[in-house]
Amino acid sequence: MTASTPPRTLDQVRDRASARRFVRDHIAATADEYDRLGRVPEPLLDAIGAAGLWAPFLPVDVGGDGVSYTALGAIHEEIGRGCSSVRSLLTVHTMVAFAVDRWGTEDQRRQWLPSLASGRIPASLCVSEPEVGSDATRMTTSARRAGGGWVLNGTKTWITGGRRAGLFLVFARNGPGVTAFLVPRETPGVEITPIDDMLGTRASMLATVTLRDVLVGTDALLGPESFAAGMVLTGTLDLGRFSVAAGSVGITQACLDACAGYTSQRRIRDVPLRELQLIRAKITDMVTDVTAARLLYERAGRLKDAGDAQTIMATWIAKYFASTAAARHASAAVQIHGANGVSARHPVARYFRDAKVMEIIEGSSEIQQITIADAAYQKAMP
Amino acid sequence: MGDYTAETINDFIHGRFPDAAFTNDDDIFSLGFINSLFAMELVMYIEQKFSVTIPNDELKFDNFRTVNCMAELVHRQALPAVGQ
Repeated sequence: MTASTPPRTLDQVRDRASARRFVRDHIAATADEYDRLGRVPEPLLDAIGAAGLWAPFLPVDVGGDGVSYTALGAIHEEIGRGCSSVRSLLTVHTMVAFAVDRWGTEDQRRQWLPSLASGRIPASLCVSEPEVGSDATRMTTSARRAGGGWVLNGTKTWITGGRRAGLFLVFARNGPGVTAFLVPRETPGVEITPIDDMLGTRASMLATVTLRDVLVGTDALLGPESFAAGMVLTGTLDLGRFSVAAGSVGITQACLDACAGYTSQRRIRDVPLRELQLIRAKITDMVTDVTAARLLYERAGRLKDAGDAQTIMATWIAKYFASTAAARHASAAVQIHGANGVSARHPVARYFRDAKVMEIIEGSSEIQQITIADAAYQKAMP
Repeated sequence: MGDYTAETINDFIHGRFPDAAFTNDDDIFSLGFINSLFAMELVMYIEQKFSVTIPNDELKFDNFRTVNCMAELVHRQALPAVGQ
């Protein structure tokens, strides 16, 4: 800080504490209500922009705040503690902003990053397809060169934030490889179909995005072609996985908070639930796992901040541990709350539904097990 | 410097794939263990280890085909641009 730089106010600092205040002031009281409505309210989305939380990791010169990935994880944990739908919107926006910053040309960075930093243009990631899910090796959406640009055809589904996104990062097959394209929502041939009534993250405004002869210019191509094109997808999903790991820790922390409060008030045979040993065992497991999961994603964040290649496997491990822990403890939280836990009167029902989604998105638990075990066998080879 | 760069990259690959047998001139893609996950790790490793940033137009197959190709890529990125 120079002598001419004024000290920052609390509202200008993006960190765990500011994110926690944001959740307290803007999310906590209404999350259950808008979860039922299936849509994050626009004023809340505007407030996220005003708080600088859409992409605070972007460099200052494009409107970001230059926060570390470790700090970004803490922010996403706190937002996830309040509402997984909002955190999911941040996750996909983060992934697209990261990809443009990492692999964009100077023109692409100048065109998109300021609007992504402010949230003026919300972004979504288009990978999954109806028939093959997120298996990139079987992706059918195609990109072919034509008319001095590219023509995209295919259908992407389960697109978080797709209902309101202004920019899509679309992955499409281009010969043997998969290549990334920046596709503005208003491009002719882009059709958006809302998806309702999901089990969890119900307010994350999912959509199916259909691309019918969508013509984009050469400036829509993001990153390299050929063998390295897969890196864009790998790197983008890696950051999404990191965000989901942090968000999963937020869910577990929310379960712990809710259970500690409920079991202190609720009595059975004149004894608070908290005095029962079986309850205390569940609370202990929540405390232990939330602490361990937080350490895992923080380690992955520090490795990202250092540019260390080990971050990729560290992130797989963090996401696997944190998401399975969240699902396990959200189930325990519902159990502890009894009939209240399956009612709309307590947020643990929402945590339970949202936690299940964490085991599926950005690489299912099974894919993670395969990947982590593969790495173990590579290292342990005699 | 060339030998050090190549051997460092060779060590990294062997650290991940101890069973892989290859020289610094062998086409590592023909060995079948390179996937997008490892490609990402390899690029991140090279960028961090040698304090270089590999631009998009250098992220091409021929620059990563052999360990020596990668070492040459590092040397090109480390050199100051002509006229500077």
